[in-house]
Amino acid sequence: MTTELSGNAALSGDAALSGNYIAAIDQGTTSSRCIIFGADGRIVAVDQQEHSQIFPQPGWVEHDAAEIWTRVQSVVRGALEKAGLTRDDIRAIGITNQRETTVLWDKNTGKPVHNALVWQDTRTEALCRELGRNVGQDRFRRETGLPLASYFAGPKIRWLLDNVEGLRERAEAGDILFGTMDTWVIWNLTGGVNGGKHVTDVTNASRTMLMNLETLAWDEKIASSMGVPLNVLPEIRSSAEVYGHAVGDLAGVPVASALGDQQAALFGQTCFSEGEAKSTYGTGTFLLLNTGEKIVNSYHGLLTTVGYRIGDQAPVYALEGSIAVTGSLVQWLRDQLGIISTAAEIETLANTVEDNGGAYFVPAFSGLFAPYWRSDARGVIAGLTRYVTKGHLARAVLEATAWQTREVVDAMEKDSGVTLTALKVDGGMTSNNLLMQNIADVLNAPVERPYVAETTALGAAYAAGLAVGFWPDLDTLRANWHRAAEWTPRMDEATREREYKKWLKAVERTMGWVEEDEQN
Amino acid sequence: MPGPIQSLSRAAAIMRLLAGGERRLGLSEVATSLDLAKGTAHGILRTLQMEGFVEQDPESGKYQLGAELLRLGQSYLDVHELRARALVWADDLARASGETVYLGVLHQQGVLIVHHVFRPDDTRQVLEVGSMQPLHSTALGKVLLAYDPVARGELGDTALEAYTSRTLTDLTDIDAECALIRERGWADSIEETWEGVASIGALIQDRRRNPVGAVCISGAVERVCEDGFVRPSLVASVRSAARAISRDLGAGRF
Repeated sequence: MTTELSGNAALSGDAALSGNYIAAIDQGTTSSRCIIFGADGRIVAVDQQEHSQIFPQPGWVEHDAAEIWTRVQSVVRGALEKAGLTRDDIRAIGITNQRETTVLWDKNTGKPVHNALVWQDTRTEALCRELGRNVGQDRFRRETGLPLASYFAGPKIRWLLDNVEGLRERAEAGDILFGTMDTWVIWNLTGGVNGGKHVTDVTNASRTMLMNLETLAWDEKIASSMGVPLNVLPEIRSSAEVYGHAVGDLAGVPVASALGDQQAALFGQTCFSEGEAKSTYGTGTFLLLNTGEKIVNSYHGLLTTVGYRIGDQAPVYALEGSIAVTGSLVQWLRDQLGIISTAAEIETLANTVEDNGGAYFVPAFSGLFAPYWRSDARGVIAGLTRYVTKGHLARAVLEATAWQTREVVDAMEKDSGVTLTALKVDGGMTSNNLLMQNIADVLNAPVERPYVAETTALGAAYAAGLAVGFWPDLDTLRANWHRAAEWTPRMDEATREREYKKWLKAVERTMGWVEEDEQN
Repeated sequence: MPGPIQSLSRAAAIMRLLAGGERRLGLSEVATSLDLAKGTAHGILRTLQMEGFVEQDPESGKYQLGAELLRLGQSYLDVHELRARALVWADDLARASGETVYLGVLHQQGVLIVHHVFRPDDTRQVLEVGSMQPLHSTALGKVLLAYDPVARGELGDTALEAYTSRTLTDLTDIDAECALIRERGWADSIEETWEGVASIGALIQDRRRNPVGAVCISGAVERVCEDGFVRPSLVASVRSAARAISRDLGAGRF
């Protein structure tokens, strides 16, 4: 593995070979963090700072990219201080980031030309419909693995070029650079206007709708249909190689990895083999299944994406299914209904009863996502009787996350032909014991939680450490993964099938709620 | 039988007065309403303020009921909240010590396991969340006995079971052990419940320093002990995890 890496300058001898630590920068949706890891993958220090969320109008979400860069510099300094380390102790820097969030900046001044458009921002919905022409949202799916949806970066670039005065001319003149947050951080970290590297990695590029999954290069036809000039786009590189060296607080340290946050979690969970999957349970949930070197087209509403690529090795692909409402349903119960006072109390309440009492809660708050994609659906609580208590509702809330996981896993199995043997989990909701047991029960597969929930930052650190030879190979990383808890299925087959049927019936009842004429 | 304590009665009257509707009252209003000298009313209000039962608006100087009263009404700590907050520290303790970690709380006459982190050797282990351990023979139980008077009360007069030849079954011995635990700040249990198993536990406290639970590591005697005593380095790890969890519980609700 090290010999394979030497081909792309990873081991060219310019790395500070003395460092015993890897720094990971996790540029997230609400905050930026820097976490410093030791050789055994244990956390040495963390620093974190939030940045402002800007909401210019309903559905629009922006970040100030300049503020983000300031925060990133500050957390790097903070983490070093807390750890009592200097740049000489840091062997490499890895980057992981909120995906799809789009910034354009002037390469001569280094200043963003507009606030970054965040992945949740829906202003490109109409544009996406228009781009679908007569084909619809799957117009670019074969090449990019993605449906035309407002999350992805390509249409966001187009929106900026169309709506910021004079921007298209400046872009065509070659003065404007595009980046997702990995690109923005790396460009600044490696010098900015003074020779900063304008690069992205395959995982982030795979979320632009502009990269061809087969060739891992920008697709000129799609870029042209989307009205995005190729000269604004960064160079696409692997996820683990030395892109350049830092200036500033970490001067001289190799910048050696970039991975979108969910792909980084897949890497941090060491899902390196085909058929291995991870699920991150936060406000929403993201499930990624490693499909090896195969590009699996989804016919069941999943996304096809690049999992990671190490140096010049073959890329590893993944299927991705996201669940919009999981932890946020618990928050809804806490904040909107006031049935519980902290998120953790949901488990206490759910434990006051034996089962769901016949109640099913489908939280299709803004429609149904994978595998249905029905924007006309709205949430329902089905099966209510006089017997149902708030304890039963709490159960139904937790079961909703479990059943939605099951639906995504089913879709993955249908698309890929792979049967899931175990699910590796991380994220805040893994502290909910009842939920984790419930997921094992409805999947009929063990659910495993590793030590250290920070799998996202760990993934970026792992990739960077591999690139500079800090860790020799994937097996060493695998040996760092330890099971902190495991939930094994306890539900009998008949119950599982009966309950699943009821759940699916409840899902049916959400559909068609919003009439066509009230869609917007 | 002595009569009621006057200042407590007056404090109760002040709180009732402040509870009467959504209002803030100034010092003279309180004093006049209750027919108290201003100095007396002020002394009581200040004391109540120090305890958090009354708050003073910094601008108007008026008084209102404090947040502490609310907390009194819902003072118990949800065990799932405890688990959520302890998760990171329990993981780290397991990795640092190489042993199994348990978190326990008092439940009826025993210790309820509310969190369990596997020993980091990837052997088959079964999650024991929800199971019970005895109070008088485990490190978790002995920590609770030493610090929580309610736990000590639960032991009652019933005969205590001897699980091994090392189990303490005499209440006098147990009380002496508890005094030692309080003095040094941690408990151990070497083959007192299970042959071949030793554990080290320390107390978890909430923001008002109430005992809410205990954390322990548990493992083979050969690894946890050295020359018949538990290893000091492991004791230090357990105590530092207990302090970290307690600190996080003091961070307030989210």
